[in-house]
Amino acid sequence: MTTAALRPTARAARREGGLTGTGRLLKLWLRRDRVMAPCWMYGLTALVAGTVYSFKNEYDTPEALANFARGINGNPSTRAMYGPVLDSGTVGGLSAWRVGAVGAAFTAVMCVLLVVRHTRAEEETGRLELVGAAAVGRRAPLTAALLTAGTAAGVLAAVVAAVMILFGMPVAGSVALGLSWFGAGAVFAGVAAVTAQLAETSRLANGLAFGALGTAYLVRGIADAGSAHWVSWLSPIGWAQRVRPCADEQWAVLLLPLAATAALVAVAYALTERRDLGAGVLAPSLGPASAAPSLRSPLALAWRLQRGALAGWAAAFGIYGFAIGGVADGVGDLVNGSEAVLDDIRKLGGGGDLADAFLATAMSLMALFTAAYAVQTVMRMRAEESAGRLEPLLATAVGRARWAVANLAVTAAGTAVLLLLTGFSAGLVHGARTGDVDGRLVRQLGAALAQLPSVWVIAAVAFLLFAALPRATSAGWGVLAACLFLGQVGPLLDLPQAVLDVSPFTHTPKLPGGDFSATPLIALTAVAVAVTAAGLLALRRRDIA
Amino acid sequence: MTDPVQDDPVQAEGLVKTFGRTRALDGLDLRVAPGEVHGFLGPNGAGKSTTIRILLGLMRAGSGSARLLGGDPWRDATALHRRLAYVPGDVTLWPNLSGGEVIDLLGRLRGGLDQARRAELLDRFELDPRKKGRAYSKGNRQKVALVAAFASDAELLVLDEPTSGLDPLMEEVFQECVREERRRGRTVLLSSHILSEVEALCDRVTIIRKGRTVETGTLDGLRHLTRTSIKAELAAPPDGLPLPGAHDVRIEGNTIRFEVETSELDAALKQLTTAGVRSLTSRPPTLEELFLRHYEDDLVQEAS
Repeated sequence: MTTAALRPTARAARREGGLTGTGRLLKLWLRRDRVMAPCWMYGLTALVAGTVYSFKNEYDTPEALANFARGINGNPSTRAMYGPVLDSGTVGGLSAWRVGAVGAAFTAVMCVLLVVRHTRAEEETGRLELVGAAAVGRRAPLTAALLTAGTAAGVLAAVVAAVMILFGMPVAGSVALGLSWFGAGAVFAGVAAVTAQLAETSRLANGLAFGALGTAYLVRGIADAGSAHWVSWLSPIGWAQRVRPCADEQWAVLLLPLAATAALVAVAYALTERRDLGAGVLAPSLGPASAAPSLRSPLALAWRLQRGALAGWAAAFGIYGFAIGGVADGVGDLVNGSEAVLDDIRKLGGGGDLADAFLATAMSLMALFTAAYAVQTVMRMRAEESAGRLEPLLATAVGRARWAVANLAVTAAGTAVLLLLTGFSAGLVHGARTGDVDGRLVRQLGAALAQLPSVWVIAAVAFLLFAALPRATSAGWGVLAACLFLGQVGPLLDLPQAVLDVSPFTHTPKLPGGDFSATPLIALTAVAVAVTAAGLLALRRRDIA
Repeated sequence: MTDPVQDDPVQAEGLVKTFGRTRALDGLDLRVAPGEVHGFLGPNGAGKSTTIRILLGLMRAGSGSARLLGGDPWRDATALHRRLAYVPGDVTLWPNLSGGEVIDLLGRLRGGLDQARRAELLDRFELDPRKKGRAYSKGNRQKVALVAAFASDAELLVLDEPTSGLDPLMEEVFQECVREERRRGRTVLLSSHILSEVEALCDRVTIIRKGRTVETGTLDGLRHLTRTSIKAELAAPPDGLPLPGAHDVRIEGNTIRFEVETSELDAALKQLTTAGVRSLTSRPPTLEELFLRHYEDDLVQEAS
């Protein structure tokens, strides 16, 4: 008999169905995730705690809660974002509504990242080859990755349920919320397990899985906003809502994610058997054999390298613009009975009309996100340098200043596109709802443009850091975080004006609704230009490495 | 009449470069004459890449002087770069640009590319230009940069360990390309630690160690300073044969092997013929032996 000829270890391996070494891999990967996974848990738990806390404090009567819920359920854009409020009478019901779909989606993101990180990314870097040559079964890496994601999602579900219970929410509803997130996480761990077999790069594997997640969220958004509510049953995020935490829990719905996960994992295992290590089921795409005639300058290269990321940011900004435009005129209803919230909005948004104050607050938040985009693109310049791609470019007839200006031009134009897009979609939707498209559109586009000089100042400071202190380039994020703190938390803490003035965003007119003055905008633009010029001088003097 | 030395495309004298407390270059000299293939040799960390970065104006020397194609490599960088092509030792490509796009882009940024030569080189290097940067192996990334450099009409090629990751067949193609460049009258600065490559291609070499030039000259000239290996089968056992200047003498029956200073070669051969030579093999010193000799000196100095 052939089995008799096999050595004991080989026989054991066959008996385990290619799972040898799963336990050891799981231990290794949980160890590698000891920072990333807890960060996710901390963030999502904080979201839950903050939501429950604010509902408890700001809507202290059942009438206030019910008023708020009526506002939500009457507004298609909020229903599209978060889903309908299922139990409008309790803090638990509203909290579960507010965090339910978003939390399920974030749990799914965490699981996708974990699974791809331990399967395709390991394979791509060649580390899995080292592991695979040791006593590790063929199915072990995928199994260990799925168990890692399952463990993270399970712990997250337990912590979230515990926090809800600690805040005095019903036990059954708290557990149901945790389990609904776990279910969404498990399904998308399964999706990632499949995309990791399909794609040859972790980037594409993540992209495919996130595409599926985005579609799932969109499908349930459309279902909740419109009248065809049954469509939401097609979306794993919809399932999480239909578990109905704190609103007459439907435990049987949890069988759906379990069945879907089992099916996806079976597909992933079947694909694992049919492919070689390092290869994907989808053949890698080929590019053109020669460059388009337009690819002939540093500017064309910078645009080529940044356009993909810009498209992604633009899609998110456009959707956000629609959302804020959709809710702006209903803000009064939403916060009915909560003077505290109104106060906060007026403080951040510059007073005046409540819808304007809300839109101004939302635009200033978008300005910060745009600045994050700008910092990220400036970081790319440093990445180009440290990856060694800058050196061959500068060994051609391209000078440093020309290269830097080309990249900064794309950044500056990209920030303008993002803000104008937000302003456009917000103004369009807000205008359609208030019956004044022309007026609202112009006001909102103006509000978007007013944010631009502050964003450019942040980009310029990040560039100066890169040019003068290349090793400290990532301090650009710190600059942005400081502005975020001063802008969003500073006014609520009543910090002195001199401190608040450090952030360029403090000087931006609060539009729409606030007083417009061109002076600060001109001054901010001048500062951005001067700081950029200083950066160019510094870049011309230093070594490229 | 112009002084020929003034026309040298690469002139570096007493280059010093420090990074924090490490002295990467410590008075390095390098001269490359027009139309020659110049080997730039040294172990890892000797300062080859730092020298090249200074010549390309990517770094500024702490002291010393550097001239490139008659200009100042730091101040006139962009103007000078139109006239040269550079291949780094570790080529990284943009993950989402195809190899063909990178070749065209680098060529256009330099100021032009010979399309016929590009097609011919792609064929000879067996490179698929449609693959995306992230899909290329190390050797193929290197080929992308080599095709871009050889398809340009640069006067000077600066190649920094350009063949790392190439298989022996492609190494052969690379050597042919360098010979063609020399026939066209172009100057090549070839930094390498693959000694057989330098031996096969270079007219003159500069050997550096710890940021300083230790030897420079033609290969023949350098060989003259060192030893030749001799293996001879004699008519009788060679015991007691006086061999001035011979080292590492080993005798097995009638066969003798030794190394001899080139200046003593004639005298040693005369001694052998007195014993009657049946067969004789002599091998000039390889570059590797030259190289290791400098390195051994270094080890001895450190030990003492």
